[in-house]
Amino acid sequence: MEKLLPAKDRLLKSKRSRLDGEFRGKLIVILCAVIMISATIAITIFLGTKGMQSFTKNGISIIEFLTSTNWNPTDKASPMYGVLPFIFGSFAVTFLAALIAAPLGIGGAIFMTEIAPSWGRKILQPIVELLVGIPSVVYGFIGLTVLVPFIRENVGGLGFSLLSGMIVLAVMILPTITTIATDAMSSLPNHLREGSYALGATRWQTIRKVLVPAAMPSLLTAIILGMARAFGEALAVQMVIGNVRNLPSSILDASATLTTIITLNMGHTTYGSVENNTLWSMGLILLIMSFAFILLIRYLSSRRKLR
Amino acid sequence: MKSFKKISLMMLIAAFMIIAAACGSDSSSDKDSGGGKDSGELSGSISVSGSSAMQPLIAAAAEEFMAENPKVDIQVNAGGSGTGLSQVAEGSVQIGNSDVFAEEKEGIPADKLVDHKVAVVGMTAAVNPKVGIDDIKKEDLIKVFTGKITNWKELGGKDQKIVLVNRPDSSGTRAVFNHFALDGATPAEGITEDSSNTVKKIINETEGAIGYLAFSYFTDDSVTPLSIDGVKPTAENVQSGKFPVWAYQHSYTKGEAEGLTKAFLDYLMSDDIQNTLLKEQGYLPVTKMKVERDAEGNQKNI
Repeated sequence: MEKLLPAKDRLLKSKRSRLDGEFRGKLIVILCAVIMISATIAITIFLGTKGMQSFTKNGISIIEFLTSTNWNPTDKASPMYGVLPFIFGSFAVTFLAALIAAPLGIGGAIFMTEIAPSWGRKILQPIVELLVGIPSVVYGFIGLTVLVPFIRENVGGLGFSLLSGMIVLAVMILPTITTIATDAMSSLPNHLREGSYALGATRWQTIRKVLVPAAMPSLLTAIILGMARAFGEALAVQMVIGNVRNLPSSILDASATLTTIITLNMGHTTYGSVENNTLWSMGLILLIMSFAFILLIRYLSSRRKLR
Repeated sequence: MKSFKKISLMMLIAAFMIIAAACGSDSSSDKDSGGGKDSGELSGSISVSGSSAMQPLIAAAAEEFMAENPKVDIQVNAGGSGTGLSQVAEGSVQIGNSDVFAEEKEGIPADKLVDHKVAVVGMTAAVNPKVGIDDIKKEDLIKVFTGKITNWKELGGKDQKIVLVNRPDSSGTRAVFNHFALDGATPAEGITEDSSNTVKKIINETEGAIGYLAFSYFTDDSVTPLSIDGVKPTAENVQSGKFPVWAYQHSYTKGEAEGLTKAFLDYLMSDDIQNTLLKEQGYLPVTKMKVERDAEGNQKNI
């Protein structure tokens, strides 16, 4: 129909409608952005005020909260609110998991991009994607049924330990690290490789001396993103770590993390009670930590651009 | 082109409105309770929230109740006793289930809530079957849980290290067990798990493990329930008051229950539910209790 209209009408009409379309499109996109931003800000403000309540309203000292190792909120005579063991536990499992997952993930990425770009990628890529798809509760259940008894019988201790938590988490963050590291390695310009070969370097020398250093900021980003995921993981860790309130003295000791304490106690506490408020404070610590991880990633990627 | 964009925008707005309307009607139906009180036939909807241990029982009862009264809609959510008490106190649900007295929870206006004790649950210490004991003195039990006894051979069992399996600090089961089995002693640190099934699994798989479970979990030989001071953990002993470790399952309402809420609570107390459904789910009927207990834990005969 439109084709039969004179050119003038058509152009005028299309111009008007294009302006309208421009405006509407802009509006929809801005709306999306505003919703996302306000949701984030709202959550931050809510968590901030809720998390500070245990210090402002219930009069718990921040220093005691962060440095004391005694956690006994239900003791009526002298309740103690020290979350240091949980902060320590969170960091311990996160770093230990990254320690296993980082070499594995980066090694896998190098294999996929440099050693066997065709068939290696075809096999490894779906496997890694499959790992992402497994829900965390399934990881936890496998950990509880297979890993915990295995460690109890072959390594020692109760089986519920930092070691179990670290292994489960390492498997969980492996896909994150592998995927981002693979992207980083494959986005390296080809002239780096060719230049290195032209100088007479072997393939391994090229990988070790040229490609890995060049991709380093992105590889670190991959590791930190993996760690951020490990830090916030609750369900799978809760099932294998034992949730003990003491500071662990060895890797075979049971431990607890901020997230596991929150999920264990959440339903039992009443809104507005001291116990509930301290759980919010732990949530605030988690939020601050994830901001710290994001800042670190920003810093690393800005360094990459400068190069 | 223009009309396509117009339509898509309209659809977007429509979608938002539908979502908003859905949210709105959801919350309003929560408040719309106890309708049809006078009409003879029950209708309307109520929502129930709280103790996850009680959820299967209340949900099963609600299902039977809804089958008898087809116009009634009862939604049963689990979320923990704390959540249930908080929500019923602020009026967002009609019934809040709890496995502890509201007086024991901080920040709950217990005087505004009305307690309906719908069932009794007995619990006792449970050990790994290989430990080799099935009876324990109360003072020894306290010593085991406070970490003063660390090997089962001191109590005549096998030479195995004692492994404690606890519940989270705020758990109702833990509060009851600490109060009535440990006389208020604070247990030593141990593995902490929330779900009874996980606790049972851990006790069954770990050498020398001891934890505590409700009677309903002693259905097979995978864990050994302990008698305390020679009193067997049975329904009869709890009902006669001989066995000390038991707790009420409470259904709280804000103010006196009325309309549909009252009808449902009455239904829970009927012989039908108390004598059949409760037993199937491993609870003890509250109507058969020969003793009663108040929020402070004082026990007296009735």
